[in-house]
Amino acid sequence: MKKRSVLAALTGLLLCASASMSSAETLRFAAQGDINSLDPYVFDETFTTGFLGNMYEGLIRRDADLKIQPALAESWEMVEPTRWRFKLRQGVKFHDGSPFTADDVLFSAGRVRANGSDLKNRLSNDTKVVKIDDYTVDFITKTPNPIIMYQWGNWYMMSKSWAEKNGDKGPQKGGGESESYSTLHENGTGPFVLKLREPGIRTTMEANKDWWNAAKAESNVTEVVFTPIPNSATRVAALLSGQMDVIMPVPLQDIERLKASGSTQAIIGPELRTIYIVMDQFRDELVYSNVKGKNPLKDRRVREALYRAIDIEALKSKVMRNMATPSALMVAPGIHGSSPDFKRIPFDIQKSKALLAEAGYPDGFEIGLDCSNDRYVNDEAICLAIANMFSKVNIKVKVTAQTKTKFFQKVHAPYLDFSLSMLGSTPPSYDSWGPINSLHECPRLTPQSAVWAEEDRMKVTAGKSNNGGYCNPEVDRLAAEILAETDQEKRDALIRKVWTITTDDIAYLPIHQQWLSWGVRNNVELKQRADDVFDWRYVNIKK
Amino acid sequence: MASFILRRLIQSGIVLLAVAMIAFLMFRFIGDPVSQMVGQETTLAERAELREKLGLNDPVPVQFLRFVGRAATGNFGISYQMGQPVDRLLAERLPATLELSVFAMIIACLIGVPLGVYTGLHPKRWLSRLFLVVSLIGISLPTFFTGIMLILVFGVELGLLSTFGRGETTQIGWWTTGLLSVSGWKSIIMPAFTLGLFQMTFIMRLIRSEMMEVMRTDFIKFARARGISEGKINFGHALRNTLVPVMTIVGMQLGSIIAFGIITESVFQWPGVGLLFLQAISTADIPIMSTYLLLVAVLFVAINLTVDLLYYVIDPRLRADNVARGA
Repeated sequence: MKKRSVLAALTGLLLCASASMSSAETLRFAAQGDINSLDPYVFDETFTTGFLGNMYEGLIRRDADLKIQPALAESWEMVEPTRWRFKLRQGVKFHDGSPFTADDVLFSAGRVRANGSDLKNRLSNDTKVVKIDDYTVDFITKTPNPIIMYQWGNWYMMSKSWAEKNGDKGPQKGGGESESYSTLHENGTGPFVLKLREPGIRTTMEANKDWWNAAKAESNVTEVVFTPIPNSATRVAALLSGQMDVIMPVPLQDIERLKASGSTQAIIGPELRTIYIVMDQFRDELVYSNVKGKNPLKDRRVREALYRAIDIEALKSKVMRNMATPSALMVAPGIHGSSPDFKRIPFDIQKSKALLAEAGYPDGFEIGLDCSNDRYVNDEAICLAIANMFSKVNIKVKVTAQTKTKFFQKVHAPYLDFSLSMLGSTPPSYDSWGPINSLHECPRLTPQSAVWAEEDRMKVTAGKSNNGGYCNPEVDRLAAEILAETDQEKRDALIRKVWTITTDDIAYLPIHQQWLSWGVRNNVELKQRADDVFDWRYVNIKK
Repeated sequence: MASFILRRLIQSGIVLLAVAMIAFLMFRFIGDPVSQMVGQETTLAERAELREKLGLNDPVPVQFLRFVGRAATGNFGISYQMGQPVDRLLAERLPATLELSVFAMIIACLIGVPLGVYTGLHPKRWLSRLFLVVSLIGISLPTFFTGIMLILVFGVELGLLSTFGRGETTQIGWWTTGLLSVSGWKSIIMPAFTLGLFQMTFIMRLIRSEMMEVMRTDFIKFARARGISEGKINFGHALRNTLVPVMTIVGMQLGSIIAFGIITESVFQWPGVGLLFLQAISTADIPIMSTYLLLVAVLFVAINLTVDLLYYVIDPRLRADNVARGA
């Protein structure tokens, strides 16, 4: 009996294998890690939300060039400054067959703001969501919000009836008391449907034949098999041996090898993430320095000296193997408000030394630099190179490079335990307001209180990632104006003004945008999004 | 016999508690799990709330007692990262690890024992010297290096074997096996060889020296004098007498390759518990780490106990001793 069932299983497997060989185009791809949950509101991280965007869809979506396109909403308009009206697409079905209506939007709006959601910032708490009819929804904001939908590219619509049927208790983070149904099951409206989920091992999806846009589908993929492979050498070997069609990312040193193999290639392009150095400008005395009684980084001349000591071209060619775009701004090209008019302060050792002497440090000083060693491309190597460059102007740097779990805990609030640290970030709305708000506004509760006052640290919202405590009241004022400005041109001018002020103040030392590199077999066509999202809608596998 | 087992079980309980406690003391140094659970836009207040909810603000002894209390009732908690019960995650991964470890040990014994006997019986032949040199290389190469080289040769260049994963698996009850499919066999050979390489050379060298020792003893000479055939002397008498120390080593090593095949599992993306543990470390997933360490401790204790019991079967003298003491 047992033998027979095994035999049956084997035959079944063989049949499956032969069936898929005849008709299906299977896309096999590997990435560094797995998604944590199939619940689209649990973890606001690019790979997770990007991956789920192939099964789930939002009201809008970002196309391959990151432009906003209609998805589950067909059109939208601002009927009055505080009221956005969204017309929903009709005839859309969730994967369980139930229709998509305004009730699902209302449900999703509630769930995304519920306790446990990591995407609460998609919709502010005081925004009212009103159903006008089954296919019309209004969003009423307290103050005008011209960019309300900018961050909705990965706010996906969930089905109310499905959630209720399966006893959904809202988004649930790990470590709680029980597991949530939506962790292992999905019910989106998108072009791919989950077939099999083995967390950390393999996830299989198939094309959704009933997708509303199936007639205009650009992809010929019928099945997707995803395997997380954290070990880079193994991931590259899997591609070279023909067992994978796409891998992401490819380590910089392996790019030439892929090209040399003849059957694979590396697709590269600048990423939206900007890497920068944060300087502690709020303490009266640095934590890691031999300068006592004052904070040299409060002096703009010292910050400029550090800036000028960075040989950005050497960093790009030697450490990054030319896979980086040096940046003068805290936002990458492709982010709304970025402009090529801003130029880096040139590399100039003599000038740097002169500035240090002028600021009262002719013999330099000692300072600590905190870095991660497993978060950004070549992060530790960049820090060591920068330490070496600073030593040429007599600033002795002690680099502390450690794993991301320890590093982030050390440098972020409430500890802010660093003097210099290297971080990277991508604005989630692809607009300048995000980084202006979180990286450049003063991190304090009222204009009267001290920057990063100990007792307020956990309550800070504006400037919450401004670890260095850069503070210029003029920037705060402009930021408030930007938030409320509905005229696009005026808004752009305000953003430009902010970037002019902050680059002039040298609030940060911007370094570069690292490049993305995906390994791809030659018979696979795809489009690489600059935010490192792999959209299977654009994949074609040729014979 | 029963009192012996009981004694060992009590000792084992103490070992398990000690392991869990040491693990919890170490978790203070692995960093912040919360920063790995939220996106960069999450506010500090929400992070603090999550930290409080997970009980990470409690003193370490409190966290430890809470874990032990729950573990005693069979509740190992929910993974911080994956949001699923830890015991189920580990149970899903355990068959892969056990299959790989046992397979590796079988390869190690199948090759190591005959080579050990041969080199022990004929220590001066050039073939023996060759085996010894090769085994020295095998024992000194780091696992990840051997693994990657095998992948490059047999996976990438020759394209014969699978470079990662477990291949097609079949579900039999709660167990999953890869040994019923061609892709499964193609997947297990390289990781099992890599994992078993060290044990193989170890077993070979151990048997060799034991054999050389035994062959010099009087009872072998008497056996020869009685005209017993060479084959029977070598395998029936000599080899059998070398087995007690080999047994201990194989048992202990089986425990360590189950527990510490992490590197091999990572290089070959073998979906076992070691790989799960490695991912848990990088994200500071405390429920998975603590349960895994406990599982490893249980395995070691169980294997040790089994090995002790096997002595009784192999070595009659132990039985006699115990009977004498018992009486």
